[in-house]
Amino acid sequence: MLEKTGVPDSEQIKKITPPEERLKKGPVAVVECFQNIPCDPCQYACRQGAIEEFEDINDLPVIDHELCSGCGLCISECPGLAIFVIDATYSEEEGLVKMPYEYVPLPEKDEEVTGVDTEGRSVCGARVIRVQNTKALDRTPVITLAVPKQHLMRVRSFVRKGGE
Amino acid sequence: MLKPEIAIVGGGPAGLSAALSAVRQGAEVMLMDRDPALGGQLVKQTHMFFGSKKEYAAVRGIDIPGQLLAALEEEGADRFKPYTSTTVLGYYEDGVILADKEEQALLIEPQKVIVATGAAEKMLPFPGNDLPGVYGAGAVQTLMNVYGIKPGSRVLMVGAGNIGLIVSYQLMQAGVEVAAIIEGAPRIGGYLVHATKVRRAGIPILTSHTIKEAYGKESVEGALICNLDENWCAVPGSEQDMPVDVICLAVGLIPQTELLWQAGCEQKYIPELGGYVPRRNEKMQTSLPHIYVAGDVACIEEAGSAMVEGKIAGLFAAAELGYDEKVEERYKSYIHELEELRAGPTGAKIRQGLSRLNGGAEIC
Amino acid sequence: MRIEDHPIINFKRGKPVTFYFDGQTIAAYEGETIAAALHAAGVRVLSYSHNRKRPRGFFCAIGNCSSCLMKVNGAYNVRICVTPVREGDRVEIQEGRGDIIAKA
Repeated sequence: MLEKTGVPDSEQIKKITPPEERLKKGPVAVVECFQNIPCDPCQYACRQGAIEEFEDINDLPVIDHELCSGCGLCISECPGLAIFVIDATYSEEEGLVKMPYEYVPLPEKDEEVTGVDTEGRSVCGARVIRVQNTKALDRTPVITLAVPKQHLMRVRSFVRKGGE
Repeated sequence: MLKPEIAIVGGGPAGLSAALSAVRQGAEVMLMDRDPALGGQLVKQTHMFFGSKKEYAAVRGIDIPGQLLAALEEEGADRFKPYTSTTVLGYYEDGVILADKEEQALLIEPQKVIVATGAAEKMLPFPGNDLPGVYGAGAVQTLMNVYGIKPGSRVLMVGAGNIGLIVSYQLMQAGVEVAAIIEGAPRIGGYLVHATKVRRAGIPILTSHTIKEAYGKESVEGALICNLDENWCAVPGSEQDMPVDVICLAVGLIPQTELLWQAGCEQKYIPELGGYVPRRNEKMQTSLPHIYVAGDVACIEEAGSAMVEGKIAGLFAAAELGYDEKVEERYKSYIHELEELRAGPTGAKIRQGLSRLNGGAEIC
Repeated sequence: MRIEDHPIINFKRGKPVTFYFDGQTIAAYEGETIAAALHAAGVRVLSYSHNRKRPRGFFCAIGNCSSCLMKVNGAYNVRICVTPVREGDRVEIQEGRGDIIAKA
């Protein structure tokens, strides 16, 4: 259970995974937030209005996948670092995962890294496609990784080769 | 003898918010804090805050004091008098506060007092807990985030409440390895998104575990941890050795209510609120009408609620002095914010505690 | 032990100072507390308990717990975790409870 391990189970992940038809259309945000806590900045983060307005500050965020353009602006706004953007349309074999990453040193573009899952276990090799670290992101850089498509909902962080 | 209209003891989120609220009403505020810089524990919080956008959600804790001070400068520079490196030593029967400002004694006779002294860390009893290297979570944060010094190279974090989880994350950010986070309870007490963040960084969270002992010759060299059964008793034979050089204790906070005891405020022991807390009404007024409280000293909670409580205390401390412009309207909006923050499942403990504090009536 | 590169904070060190502890000359920066400066220099033992001579260090690092008391420039019972380090400070492990009457 999430409460015991800190790791969401497959049921919880399935619930917030966008349907296949939406994934085929392009990048889309997924919010891995499963606990009702008083927290609401995400609803103001989206320019497309894709994060539905909260009725109560303790509500879980709900993403309208049709309105979501997968731009990723919300990623660095979430205090829990729980928002990711996945893009299943990158290529035949690979998809992209955009994730928040608040460590130094930041990886370099084209660097080969190891994608890890929510338990920090190695999943697959990954390639750094983009490193965003603008002032607007307020010290929450966003890293885009290319991973084999089947791991899009698994890779949530990475480890540099040769240790971390 | 200094005679300010309102004296605020503590310049953390609650105290600064109280000052802003009071100054906005038109009152004169003397704010004292023992540290050389204002902000209290905010100055160490490098992470983005939760709560509502109105109370700085998604703003990093370290950036909040600057915003509050800027607002104070803008709205009442002539009425806001901060005294840093000033430790309040006592509050006496004649209503006089004695403070120590860098070895100089200050005597203050305020008309209203707001006590916002926050909380102190709890200790955990175990053999070897006096070894150098056993540090409170606040100490680890102070070293890392204020002075930019690594607390050690490998840490055992004791406690999986918000502080244990956040400080573990901050340790990783500082380049320090965290061997594990252990928690005596069967579940993680802090926000689960914090837990998820540290798990994907590879840090194990072991619930139903406790520390049996710390060992080392001149300082911490390691710890023995063990499993707990459902009665919180150590399971024999379940000891695990953890070679670490720092054991960080994040096992809870207790309100720093010494001044309130001395003043004679009525206090009650309410475990849900963190221990002995002062009885207070909806205006954050204690049993002594000229003394108000706000923040962790009133009940152990989050910075967001500390700031709203501060706003309420500042509002009424000023209003009682005659600065009562828009009191009803402002109070209504503050209490609504507080109710919102406490409405969800994570606020249940506080609501229950406050209900017990006030003798049964459910009050926010 | 000082952090050079940090993802959130840009540490601005004050001007370098040196102070003395246990026969050593230690480099530090203005703005640091004595406890932080000693820790950065690898000094973790700040005292020994009165009866059993158990090694002790700081605990809370913010002036609450009295674990870090040392003798500084002849003065006893100084909470070094809230005392800024100054050029030329003489920091010593305190023997006993300290004589607050006698001058250094």
